[in-house]
Amino acid sequence: MSARPEALRAAARADLARLRARYPAQFRTDWPGRARLAALLAVLIGLAAFGYWRLDFSMARILHGLGRLGTFAVLMLPPSPEGQFWTFLHALGETLGIAFLGTLTAAVFAFPVAFLAARNVVPNPFARFAVRRGLDVMRSVDVLIWALIWINVVGLGPFAGALAIACSDFGALGKLFSEAIETCDKRAGEGVVASGGSRLHRIRFGLIPGVLPVLASQVLYFFESNTRSATIIGIVGAGGIGQYLTELIRVLELQQVAFLVLMILVTVAAIDWVSTRLRRAIIGPAAR
Amino acid sequence: MRGLTPLSPEREAALSGLYAAATGAARRRTLAGFALVAALALVAGLVAEVRPLVFAENIGKFTAYIQQILPPISLEHPLEDVRSWYWGLPKWLGLLGETLLMAYLGTLLGGLAGFALSFVAAANLVRSRLLRVGAKRLLELCRTVPEVVFALIFVIAFGLGPMVGVLAIAIHTTGALGKLFSEVVENIDMRPVEGLSASGATWVQTVRFAVLPQVLSNFASYALLRFEINVRGAGVMGFVGAGGIGQEFLVAIRNFYYADVSAILVLIILTVFCIDLATERVRHRLIGAEQAR
Repeated sequence: MSARPEALRAAARADLARLRARYPAQFRTDWPGRARLAALLAVLIGLAAFGYWRLDFSMARILHGLGRLGTFAVLMLPPSPEGQFWTFLHALGETLGIAFLGTLTAAVFAFPVAFLAARNVVPNPFARFAVRRGLDVMRSVDVLIWALIWINVVGLGPFAGALAIACSDFGALGKLFSEAIETCDKRAGEGVVASGGSRLHRIRFGLIPGVLPVLASQVLYFFESNTRSATIIGIVGAGGIGQYLTELIRVLELQQVAFLVLMILVTVAAIDWVSTRLRRAIIGPAAR
Repeated sequence: MRGLTPLSPEREAALSGLYAAATGAARRRTLAGFALVAALALVAGLVAEVRPLVFAENIGKFTAYIQQILPPISLEHPLEDVRSWYWGLPKWLGLLGETLLMAYLGTLLGGLAGFALSFVAAANLVRSRLLRVGAKRLLELCRTVPEVVFALIFVIAFGLGPMVGVLAIAIHTTGALGKLFSEVVENIDMRPVEGLSASGATWVQTVRFAVLPQVLSNFASYALLRFEINVRGAGVMGFVGAGGIGQEFLVAIRNFYYADVSAILVLIILTVFCIDLATERVRHRLIGAEQAR
């Protein structure tokens, strides 16, 4: 920093009393605001302390565990597939298949349902409320729980995983789609109605062209995040690379684990890159 | 509808020809896109071992399963039935509380780490490319590895228990929130920052007085959203032995304790619902405060 700001500060310091008199609002202490902040911090810290005690955190355990993690990190080097590269690659393909099919199925089913949950399509608040809460129930059940349920129906394997992703994403996508439909510009729809179009015409020519790019971009984003969830769905036996990952972690084959994690990272990065490109192409540079 | 003169036939033909030419290209592109998606779906279906026949055969099993896990509640003595359905309520509520605490601590710890890292990763505050890119890659790594994978490894290193779940959630949250936070920081109004650095403030002072007031409500809103996501995540941590209600649920589903499955599922859904509603309320107020500023 140059000398000039210092000089400015010194001048302000020397003149402090007059500055105080001239700008009382800037110098007044906001006691109620501070009290509220202090209370909020006290609650946050109190809860954290309670959690620390209740969940038996202990520094000794953490330090001990960190030491072991260090050992694991050394054991992970160098990452190597140890002859199982093709098995892993096949499992990775399965993972991508699960994510793709799950997202696609969810999108196909969520698309019509979302219109039923949108205020500007279904004016009846009760019908809308029912559809929305239904979507919320689907959404609030985690993918792994859905996977456990579907395993009971179609047996172990990737199919159950795809169904699980489809179910939980159906809820999430339905909600997002309906919000996109609600914020859609209504002038196009009004134009269609004014020139004699029916309600269906209004949806087909007034709403769908406006929302489709947004929906497509959301679906791509979900595909991206589903490639991540699909990697863990194998933990409960629903196919994909997660199955190998779990087994190898449990038997401490850490070099293979490191290799698998690297494969996942590379795949996810590649999918991210492709889908960001596609999203930009679909809705312009505003997509991020 | 007055004064509309019908077009002459040749004019109409010319116009509809133009229209067909204009829409034809777009339509072909759409069709090609659909064909591509369909082909990919077919490949994905083969890889994911989709068996429509098995599905059709077993879809009855799904409804049967739902019927099985539905609680045996009769009209004669509904209260007693509900009581016996929720025989484990005190234990389950305790586990749910544990799950919520896990999500809270994980969000808090991860939020703090993400908070610190986000300023380092923001392009408008840190000149050093090395430092910035390093922070960004670190956040990416934390975000890309799923929290359950962290939990699996941590369970072996730290031993079973909710602490592991908290650590796993915290690491994933660091990555997710750090990225969102740094994007918020990159979009701030730079004038207060310039003013402060012009009057000789240090980097920490600049962040405290020029950046923080602008970003805090957005940060809080994102942290609440993450808390909501982490509640869901904490619910399944028990599947790998990392605490919370998940373990109880897994036992119930693996051992076919049908009524317990639905009882716990309903509890989880209700909890997630309430958290969703509460955080949405607070977030709308935060966003409202932001826009009023």
